[in-house]
Amino acid sequence: MSTLPDPAPEAPSAEVPVAKPGRESLHYAVRNPKLIIGVTLVLILLAIGVVGPMLLDSGNPNEYVGPQAAAPDGTYWMGTTTFGQDVYAQFVHGLRATFLVGVVGGAIAAVIAMVVGFLAGYRGGVTDEILNMLTNVVLVIPALAVLLIINAYMGVRSVAVQGLFIGLTSWPWAARAIRAQTFSLRTREFVDLARLSGSGTWRIVFREIAPNMSSYLFMMFILLFGGSILIASSLDFIGLGPTEGVSLGLMLQSAQQWSALQLGMWWWFIPPGAGITAIVGALYVANVGLDEVFNPKLRES
Amino acid sequence: MTLTVNDLRVHYRTLRGEVRALDGVGFDLADGEILGLAGESGCGKTTLGKSLIRLDGRMRHVGGTVTLDGDELPLSDDRAMNAYRFHKISLVPQYSMSALNPTRRIGRMIRELLASRGVTVDTDELHRRLALVGLERDVLDRYPIELSGGMKQRAVMVISTLLDPSVLIADEVTSALDVSNQQAVVGALTGLRDKGLVTSMIFVTHDLGLTSHIADSIMVMYAGKLAEKAPTRTLTTEPRHPYTKMLIGSLPQVGARYKDKPLSGIEGSPPSLLNPPLGCRFRDRCPLADARCAEEPPVVEIAPRHSVACWKAA
Amino acid sequence: MLTLDRVTKTFRAGAFGGGSTTAVDRVSFEAAPGELVSLIGESGSGKSTIGRMVLGLTRASSGSLTLDGEQVRPGKDFYRRVQGVFQDPFSCYNPVFKADRVFALVRRAYHPGVPDKEWADRVEKAVRDVRLDPGQVLGRYPHQLSGGQLQRLLIARALLLDLRFLVADEITSMLDASTRIDVLNLLAGLKERGLGVLYITHDLSLGTYLAERTVVLRNGRVVERGDTQKVFGNPLHPYTRTLLAAVPRLNEPWTSAEPVEVCAFHEGGAPDTDLYETEPDHFVACAGLPDCGRTSA
Repeated sequence: MSTLPDPAPEAPSAEVPVAKPGRESLHYAVRNPKLIIGVTLVLILLAIGVVGPMLLDSGNPNEYVGPQAAAPDGTYWMGTTTFGQDVYAQFVHGLRATFLVGVVGGAIAAVIAMVVGFLAGYRGGVTDEILNMLTNVVLVIPALAVLLIINAYMGVRSVAVQGLFIGLTSWPWAARAIRAQTFSLRTREFVDLARLSGSGTWRIVFREIAPNMSSYLFMMFILLFGGSILIASSLDFIGLGPTEGVSLGLMLQSAQQWSALQLGMWWWFIPPGAGITAIVGALYVANVGLDEVFNPKLRES
Repeated sequence: MTLTVNDLRVHYRTLRGEVRALDGVGFDLADGEILGLAGESGCGKTTLGKSLIRLDGRMRHVGGTVTLDGDELPLSDDRAMNAYRFHKISLVPQYSMSALNPTRRIGRMIRELLASRGVTVDTDELHRRLALVGLERDVLDRYPIELSGGMKQRAVMVISTLLDPSVLIADEVTSALDVSNQQAVVGALTGLRDKGLVTSMIFVTHDLGLTSHIADSIMVMYAGKLAEKAPTRTLTTEPRHPYTKMLIGSLPQVGARYKDKPLSGIEGSPPSLLNPPLGCRFRDRCPLADARCAEEPPVVEIAPRHSVACWKAA
Repeated sequence: MLTLDRVTKTFRAGAFGGGSTTAVDRVSFEAAPGELVSLIGESGSGKSTIGRMVLGLTRASSGSLTLDGEQVRPGKDFYRRVQGVFQDPFSCYNPVFKADRVFALVRRAYHPGVPDKEWADRVEKAVRDVRLDPGQVLGRYPHQLSGGQLQRLLIARALLLDLRFLVADEITSMLDASTRIDVLNLLAGLKERGLGVLYITHDLSLGTYLAERTVVLRNGRVVERGDTQKVFGNPLHPYTRTLLAAVPRLNEPWTSAEPVEVCAFHEGGAPDTDLYETEPDHFVACAGLPDCGRTSA
């Protein structure tokens, strides 16, 4: 490893020897085009999902309001369905529901995955054996089948409850990935050094290990987020989705069910499809940007 | 002359510009000669070894020629180099022992490797060569994890020399090993040369003490250039370049004690090769430097086979 | 004073598995303040495990480790007095943070009340003490610094504590010969300030350069220990002789180790100990000769 000079040497930091990683990351974050593009897109879609429904006259997007199977025009911006439902109204409500199921499912799964993965990877030994066994058991349970049973018996009514159940079943692969990463980082000597500085287990996990995989954790959240949306769509497909409201998955499903593709009603399936793609895609682009922000080696481009 | 390197220049492309890792290096490698290549990290010794085999994507051949057994090597033509790699010139890289596929037995790995090169294995010959480097033939039935670092390193050496190459480049093969394993590996390398399985060898290392045991001559590099090259005995006992002198001076010998006589290292670090300074590159760290050193010293043969690039050496 | 008394470390293979390996087997030695003890062994000799046990990073299976009469107990108070520097300087720094964060961690744990200005002065002094230019190394990321600089920063970090003992585990093996000796000289400086140092290495010549006392380890057991000059001036165990003979010396051909004719351990009457004291401060284990009463393999 050679000592190449810093391309833009910062002012001698003798006065501020205590590093402030947070502030510095922000400095790079606001200058990273990928991150800005990704985050902006997600925020726009989120804003549409939050604000859009409020601006509609009717609270129920499934009402039969217009002409049947009309192409987009001034009144119905995204056209109408075979039954005369306003696709735009469904889209904005669907965005909201999709965000909700993604956030709830993704967040619950991410939290469980992190607790299990970090604890198993860092502690090792018996803790690891037990948690690993639990993870493997949940991993081999056919999650979709369990969700089917739960939904069928309990009758899931709201999107949030659907998200909750999805979250409770979709964490194992993420926990395994975090465990493996933690395992390899744990043996790095900077972890020993942190222990020699008197740091405790959770401090080491969150201040030393987690920052090294922050972009990885974020990517994991994105995948869990996208996964939740897809699982929710599958459940919607077989009629076990939330009985109230609409989601992008549900829209895609009815479009498919009523042969929108064959009938050339592109306005019915493109908005929800593009919506899902845009959310997940934008999060992915943001993730690549975040990687550059968090990893100082990638900054020097 | 097995190998003749003439004014070789290889640059690395980086985001900040071209790093001149090798900036005009020339030397000869005689038949049967083992050349020790020494210097600090970043002096270009690994780059030199790699350039003779394969330029990776970031490396660019900027100038100079390499002649092997009378043929000029097509350094920048990756395809054409295939005819020479492994057949005529072979490399044992630094971390070769971790490069062994952990899921394959050594024997199977060798068969597969040779098959991919269109060569069949002569099992008896293989066994003879394993014995030569001090390995039992049953290593062929073992997995890499069952061998020690030194054994793996020797197994890789046998694999690399199966086709009797003219030149074998051993890049820091002993750095990660314990002293007793170092001795075994060095012994194995010398054995390969003595039996004529390898004509000549380049032994890259930062350990001058070890180099002095195996090499016939030693070349010291600094910042991408040749600093001094001489027969081993001459270089270690009568070094002329201040860098060589300081390098030898910083070497603790068994029995040397801090209490009796503290050794000293070399202050500072090698210059960045992105924009190397003009003149002698060792100038900033050299205790003898004066105004003349602002001009680049040429490589001068001050005695037969003893070349130095320093104004103060003559 | 660091004292190890019959320290043993056994690793289990698998959490529920039955297999086990003994990495360190009944190792005893002492390191006094102002003394540098070098622990010499090849890979797998258990030398790093001993270092980790002294630092409290690994718990000993049996035996006792005491520092100034107190049991080694990992925790803030203990690490104020005992610190370690490790082999790979690049792996000692969290790559996503600036290198000088190692100082900030020390401040957070041990000197939270120190005002910014005073702390900056202390850091600067410590950095100068290890012969680095603060302007060149502070505020940089680990990958922008060289191995030698990083290793010295770690020593500077240890200087910010009320250090009594330092464990240096193969701290020079990743460094060039030209910087290696500077780092070793720093250790010698620490020793002269009255610190105890445990220097772990596989390189015999580096070990003898600094150490007052030497412990030679093989497969987790001490084969020979004592005053450095006695151990290497008159090695009595065949392993010590082999090790000594294998060290590459400039311009001197390798010699084969002189065979051990008589097992000094049994010659001494084979008392009921692991090591026999052949002369003051020179201990040796059974040579394992064919005619020995027992072997120490």
